[in-house]
Amino acid sequence: MSSEQRPTSNEKRLLRLSGLEPLVITPDSNFINVGERTNVAGSRKFLRLVKEEKFDEALDIAREQVEGGAQIIDINMDDGLIDGKEAMVKFLNLVISEPDIARVPIMIDSSKWEIIEAGLQVVQGKSVVNSISLKEGKEEFVHHAKLIKRYGAAVIVMAFDEVGQADTYDRRIEICQRSYDILVNEVNFPPEDIIFDLNIFPVATGMEEHKLNAIDFIEAARWVRENLPYASVSGGVSNVSFSFRGNNPVREAMHSVFLYHAIKAGMNMGIVNPSMLEVYDDIPKDLLEKVEDVILNRRDDATERLLEFAETVVGKAKESKVDLSWREDSLQDRITRALVKGIDQYILEDVEEARLASKRPIEVIEGHLMTGMNVVGDLFGSGKMFLPQVVKSARVMKKAVAYLLPFIEEEKLQNPDGAEDKGNGKILLATVKGDVHDIGKNIVSVVLACNNYEIVDLGVMVPPEKILETAIQEKVDIIGLSGLITPSLDEMVHLAKEMERKNFSVPLLIGGATTSKAHTAVKIDPQYKHSVVHVNDASRAVTVVGDLLQEETSQTYKYNIKKDYDEFRVKFLNRSQHKEYKSLEQARKNKFQIDWETSEIVRPKKLGIEVIEEMDLEKLVPYIDWTPFFRSWELHGRYPDILTDKVVGVQATDLFADAQKMLKDVLVNKKLTGKGVFGLFPANTLANEDDIKVEVEGNDFIFRTLRQQLKRREGVPDYALADFIAPETSGRQDYMGCFCVTTGFGTDELSNQYVKDLDDYNSIMIKAISDRLAEAFAEYLHERVRKEYWGYAAEERLDNEALIDEKYKGIRPAPGYPACPDHLEKLTIWEVLKVEEQIGVTLTDSLAMWPAGSVSGYYFGNAEARYFGLGKIKKDQVKNFAERKNIAFEEAAKWLAPNIADD
Amino acid sequence: MKDIRQILQERILVLDGAMGTMLQRYKFTEEDFRGERFKDWEHPLQGNNDLLSLTQPEAIAEVHRKYFAAGADIVETNTFSGTTIAMADYHMEDLVYELNYESARIAKKVADEFTTKEPNKPRFVAGSIGPTNKTASMSPDVNDPGFRAISFDELRIAYKQQVEALLDGGSDILLVETIFDTLNAKAALFAIEEVKEERNIDPPVMVSGTITDASGRTLSGQTAEAFLISISHIPILSVGFNCALGANQLVPHLEVLSSRTDYAVSAHPNAGLPNAFGEYDETPEQMAAQIKEYVEKGLVNIVGGCCGTTPEHITAIADLVKAYTPRNVLVG
Repeated sequence: MSSEQRPTSNEKRLLRLSGLEPLVITPDSNFINVGERTNVAGSRKFLRLVKEEKFDEALDIAREQVEGGAQIIDINMDDGLIDGKEAMVKFLNLVISEPDIARVPIMIDSSKWEIIEAGLQVVQGKSVVNSISLKEGKEEFVHHAKLIKRYGAAVIVMAFDEVGQADTYDRRIEICQRSYDILVNEVNFPPEDIIFDLNIFPVATGMEEHKLNAIDFIEAARWVRENLPYASVSGGVSNVSFSFRGNNPVREAMHSVFLYHAIKAGMNMGIVNPSMLEVYDDIPKDLLEKVEDVILNRRDDATERLLEFAETVVGKAKESKVDLSWREDSLQDRITRALVKGIDQYILEDVEEARLASKRPIEVIEGHLMTGMNVVGDLFGSGKMFLPQVVKSARVMKKAVAYLLPFIEEEKLQNPDGAEDKGNGKILLATVKGDVHDIGKNIVSVVLACNNYEIVDLGVMVPPEKILETAIQEKVDIIGLSGLITPSLDEMVHLAKEMERKNFSVPLLIGGATTSKAHTAVKIDPQYKHSVVHVNDASRAVTVVGDLLQEETSQTYKYNIKKDYDEFRVKFLNRSQHKEYKSLEQARKNKFQIDWETSEIVRPKKLGIEVIEEMDLEKLVPYIDWTPFFRSWELHGRYPDILTDKVVGVQATDLFADAQKMLKDVLVNKKLTGKGVFGLFPANTLANEDDIKVEVEGNDFIFRTLRQQLKRREGVPDYALADFIAPETSGRQDYMGCFCVTTGFGTDELSNQYVKDLDDYNSIMIKAISDRLAEAFAEYLHERVRKEYWGYAAEERLDNEALIDEKYKGIRPAPGYPACPDHLEKLTIWEVLKVEEQIGVTLTDSLAMWPAGSVSGYYFGNAEARYFGLGKIKKDQVKNFAERKNIAFEEAAKWLAPNIADD
Repeated sequence: MKDIRQILQERILVLDGAMGTMLQRYKFTEEDFRGERFKDWEHPLQGNNDLLSLTQPEAIAEVHRKYFAAGADIVETNTFSGTTIAMADYHMEDLVYELNYESARIAKKVADEFTTKEPNKPRFVAGSIGPTNKTASMSPDVNDPGFRAISFDELRIAYKQQVEALLDGGSDILLVETIFDTLNAKAALFAIEEVKEERNIDPPVMVSGTITDASGRTLSGQTAEAFLISISHIPILSVGFNCALGANQLVPHLEVLSSRTDYAVSAHPNAGLPNAFGEYDETPEQMAAQIKEYVEKGLVNIVGGCCGTTPEHITAIADLVKAYTPRNVLVG
């Protein structure tokens, strides 16, 4: 008497999920769309709302998704700043109380089992766990699968095993087969409750090994559906088009094409942003063909063809249009356009055409290419092009030159008497001894090279002897020095002296973040009777070098610059004499007073040293302060406003897109390593008012701080960092901390590889990103220290903007920066934390950190602690400092030189 | 003794009727509830029906006997509130094991009497696992929807203790019933799975939800099919509905279950909807007439009664179902 409607045994094996209502996935079901906006990793807005505990608004995001047609909602709370377990439970409890959201099944998404399990314990319906895999081995996989079954959920299994993530067809099917067999045969997991995530990776990245990424996924999906009965296939679709970020028409077409083929092959579920999807049939035929070539890897040059096509697809508008009409222009116009626009697809064929049309290959460089670069130079000079574009132009130029070089060499062999190309001149560039920072130097190098100067780049940490030796051997026309940290200023002075002593006459250029016209005029220029010029941005470098080397202007310019610096020096010294200083004793009496009777001192939850062996760099992304990134490319303005800036907005947006692309590559492919070490210790200020004693594992260490001495208006205290720590005499135990973090390991290797590939743009980019990540790491760690390790601000809720504005309680000043310009204290930090042994960051002769992408500093937790600038100090303090530190006065004076007021 | 899974293939099984309704007839006083053992208990005990298994065990055995005599194949233990969570009202958390153990033992003893007399109609004891008085996926505070008065783990631990005692006392079946919050039931099922694994046993499990009103949903908001999907992850003997509605109102929901599961389907409805005085007044004949629709449509494998039903109702039902063949089942 069985009912007519009873399922047949095949239908029984269907993936059935439930919220308040059922979701049954049948072979006739349409593609199941999983909403992903309630994922802190995927939605900045959601992340912010969760962080700020604005759960009502966070619920609105969930509701919008369900109303917008999501059939399952993915909820992910994996973020370093969030207690993921607590947030997951709290949000799910709220979701479940909203019938219009809770009607759909929930996908509990986390890389942490404890969060998944906490989620499973609060949902009544049949959910999906996202995800488990064999990554940590079979035992854990089986254990989790068993529990998931017991909690009554379906599961996404990532194609990932002990060896790594599956990135080929063979690896995908190998892992899926093994996972399936374990689940079905050993765990007794219902096969219909298994969903494979087969890893969607980007295509058209330009890398040979990525060509098969889409087709391998599609074929693996087909294989799973044919060979692993009742299992489903899922994936995050937007990854596939990653290399076309910023070009939505192409991305939308790629998503549609990918889905079209993947769904045909059996993919039945996935995360898709519906607004990033073009209707397959509406994709213009020409675009469709090229996209399908890429997705299905139908031809060897598919990527190049799509890239080239994409360049001309009109960005923002929905209608995609390809404008290749410029290819019809004259040869020179094409080459100029390629250089100005930084398009390198056609440059080799154009250069070849030019070479065949020229008598000698060198004429292509001197003629066609230089004509184009002059246009670049003019546009740059007039502010119509921006640095990132120029660097891209340089990339095209380098490719063209590299192509021509063999022909030039060959011609030289045949025609040894032929006139040598002298170019505009030869310039030596180096970052001085003890310093490792070279982003700015590299930019100058690229820009000058674009202007047909030959560059001899000696790299970083170059000893003065080597600079001078090379300058002589190479017969350079100019020497340019760069440095970021303050001790480098002394190195530059030293080098100027040496140039004078060795009777050099070539101009000396000075650049880098801590250099200034004042320092150059006052300290360097007097040491060398020939030209010394401070050049702090790349665009000025071209004009300055031009003025120095062009015969017509050279003499006048050199005369004027010397005169200018003389006058500047006199004015500056006169001005500085007007400043008055207090004695150290007076300043100490006027120290910043904290009422230690009442001031709150919080004992750190965790005293002692902690090491972070491998930082998950993904977690740092929300902490990145992008504004300095744009500044390093000479685009000025505050992020994110800069992206819409009237003048540089377009460039900033392009640059930002490239940065995002590289950042993603760094994160996904783990190209950089983050490590950190920090410690929190009992501390008290000593009787001398300026030194802080910290107790580290039974040993005492002393941090010396410096005190402001400049006379200012009455009532303003003279700060030293020591003022923020309770003095021993107060009878109260206080605390402080110190830290060092790095994301620099790997940067040099990557950067060098890019240089080798003639790609200065990305070589500079990777360094800039590494620096940003290191700063973000410092910010991230400081927050965790405030909230967890020290724990005095457990309730703090600040967004990134508030962090950048330093709205938090307590400070993290860094040696070498305004509050404590003395680099020497780094040595103490290194000793206290055993920085080198723990994480491998070393200090150079000038106490710069290597690798460059590193940040170190102190933690002060008092509510009244604040950032300040030390300003200039007097000799009496230097003397006192030397005595306290038990070093010679001369040594102290050398390290503190930039901060010592002239008598 | 024949396995219940086998018998289910052969005929429609009859579950007993209400325990509470029968106990009301005894008009037990506070002293009766306390008995000798709890005469000095610091808290009032009247209304703690589960306690009667310790203080009035004869009455409990008597009710079971009446239901078996009326034709029931399965009786439910007197343990609807037998968890530390529900017993907290009487401060009797520490008695939970004993209450469940004794209740199962009493029922099993009576069942064995009948089985010995009628070996061709073996009688079974289903350990009754109620919903507790707290909900894991709903907030009791309308102003704080994210709040939960009980967690999954608290429920799981409490249920596990009840399950162990019910099995130790001799229950043949475990019956998770009157589920108005599916998450509570999932915690019970989780606990059962743990016990099964630890003891390497496989007792049949019956799951019975409650559709609270005409909306056709559980109290926690699930439709019948969503409920079915949410509890189908472990092998069960049967899935069904009980309480809240009369036999008549249950039909559409049983149709959903019946058409979508291969497990056995059970129903033990109330004797109609309560009247103005809160009493159930559907007669045995009226109820049997409605249940006739179940069996004619082939919707059920196990049928009995909940609130307001008596041995007379069960007799009427048992007489009715004899004539019908059971719905086809996948034996769990």
